Amino acid sequence: MAHTTSMDPARANGWFRVERAPRLFRLVIGGEWTVHEAPRLDFELRHLDPGDANRAEIDGSGIARMDSAGAWLLVRTKRILQEHGKTVEGPILPEIYGPLVHTVEHEHTAPPVTIPHRHTLHALLERVGHTTVHSLVRAYEMLGYLGRVTVETAEAFMMPRGNLRVAALIHQVEETGLNSLPIVGLLAFLIGIVLAYQGADQLKRFGAEIFTINLLGVGVLREIGGLLTAIILAGRSGSAFTAQIGTMRVNEEIDAMETIGLNTVDVLVLPRILGLVIALPLLTFYSDIMGLIGGAVMCYFDLGITIPAFLRQLHEAISMNTFLVGIIKAPVFAFVIGLVGCYEGLQVERNAASVGKLTTRSVVESIFLIIVLDAAFSIMFSILKI
Amino acid sequence: MAEPANRDAVITVRGLVNGFDETIIHDHIDLDVYRGEVMGIVGGSGTGKSVLLRTIVGLNRQRAGHITVFGRDMAHLGGHELRELQTRWGVLFQEGALFSSQTVAENIQVPMREYTQMSQELMNEIASVKLSMVGLPEDTCRKHPSELSGGMKKRAGLARALALDPELLFLDEPTAGLDPISATQFDSLVCDLQKSLNLTVFMVTHDIDTLRATTDRIAVLVDKKIHIGTIDSLRHDPHPWIKEYFGGVRGRAALAS
Repeated sequence: MAHTTSMDPARANGWFRVERAPRLFRLVIGGEWTVHEAPRLDFELRHLDPGDANRAEIDGSGIARMDSAGAWLLVRTKRILQEHGKTVEGPILPEIYGPLVHTVEHEHTAPPVTIPHRHTLHALLERVGHTTVHSLVRAYEMLGYLGRVTVETAEAFMMPRGNLRVAALIHQVEETGLNSLPIVGLLAFLIGIVLAYQGADQLKRFGAEIFTINLLGVGVLREIGGLLTAIILAGRSGSAFTAQIGTMRVNEEIDAMETIGLNTVDVLVLPRILGLVIALPLLTFYSDIMGLIGGAVMCYFDLGITIPAFLRQLHEAISMNTFLVGIIKAPVFAFVIGLVGCYEGLQVERNAASVGKLTTRSVVESIFLIIVLDAAFSIMFSILKI
Repeated sequence: MAEPANRDAVITVRGLVNGFDETIIHDHIDLDVYRGEVMGIVGGSGTGKSVLLRTIVGLNRQRAGHITVFGRDMAHLGGHELRELQTRWGVLFQEGALFSSQTVAENIQVPMREYTQMSQELMNEIASVKLSMVGLPEDTCRKHPSELSGGMKKRAGLARALALDPELLFLDEPTAGLDPISATQFDSLVCDLQKSLNLTVFMVTHDIDTLRATTDRIAVLVDKKIHIGTIDSLRHDPHPWIKEYFGGVRGRAALAS
């Protein structure tokens, strides 16, 4: 009998040895056939030369310890031998490992699944196509949702006693409006300072520093005040809407509401959207004022323009229209933030990861839409020559 | 069931006190789990079954008492020693707790990748073996957890808990939410693994069929204390909750068969 020792039993914890007789391939295995030995055994067993004997025998009586990784290696080796046309006897094993090998052998009948490679050109094209179609479908659905919310809003105002949840609405005004005052005020004040400083710096060169106030007044009232507030609220309240409604979706609360017969648009969506539509114009006004105060402070310290002089110049620079052009955009922005936030919240699937994903998407989408709409307003106002 | 006195304890709990704010959940409880046994933990809702499990695996800090696992005091384990200990146990959480950003196969391979040097090919093979062992079809490998039903998540979670063939397995309500056939398969799976790997199992469960089929001893949490015994000895326990549990309609039906 010829011996081929693939591993030295004395040194290795898990080992096997091949004994070749004229018509018999004998595999003797022993030691620890466990997950920690598996990497080494795996490599050696893959390169096992099955020879041309038509009978094989596996003797595992020397196994000291075996777990399912080891059992799999044994079963796999047995299958490889069978594929080479051998009739395999055994494996002979210590009694306690019988059930384990039996389980692995009989439960696992299909060939191992190969995990598909995801970085091919084909996969890239597939992803691009998938994303495009998905975006179009989403845009279509959101348009449908806009329609539904519009109808429900109209109904709520026509039958105010039935549909409008006043307590929830007031709660939302407090949550999105009152509670945002500190952050909106501080940021608007700081932006006012920055704007005045940069304006003064440039205009000083022409000796036209007094026009800093014009820049500030028009900039803050027409654009910055409204845009800044809307973006802050998209981050603060739009994300909260998605997360709140999304979490309710995960907990099946939305499903529970529907089975009880509550209209989710009335209960969840309208108070949030309308609350924001009320709060955002007020916040925009507040943010305008804070921005101007910031600018005035900077003008006083940087240019030495006193407050009465500042007010006089401001009065000449801006008209009521300047203010109205800024403030008129606020309800539209509010509606978009609320709509996107609630819509994405309702799209959440029943898993926690989906809440995070859609919250991010909701913020990105609403900020994107706010800026697109702002540009559209600018174009419209320039055509109307306002 | 061998005599506990001369057996090697894998988990030892001494004088454990747990509580939240004002409420005490465990009031000085003692518990030993011996090598190779299946210990079932039962108790009404809110009696702290899961809290006990979480405390033993170190997710919850006890107010008082000592816990040793594999003879090591859990309170005094450094990062490296703890890591080593963690490769010797597997935990199945109630909802499976699969990593949602990864496929099922990748989930099962997380412990293998972290603690062994197996080739990707071998890991794929072993992941698919584990999946078939817990009774999931082959194509589950490529799916993400969000595409699985509750019962499938639980089995995939078990496959991950078994990834490194641990010596000690913690199961938190493993058969809850499974259909009776899957639950029975699960019971026999636990029995098989337990025999083959000399596995020690710490199982929180409500399922009296599972208790009967798999457990060697049962610990009942009642009135902040713990009553330990075999199914037969606990049936004669005078405590009203335990009496109701084993003597109620469901208990009688399960124990009669």
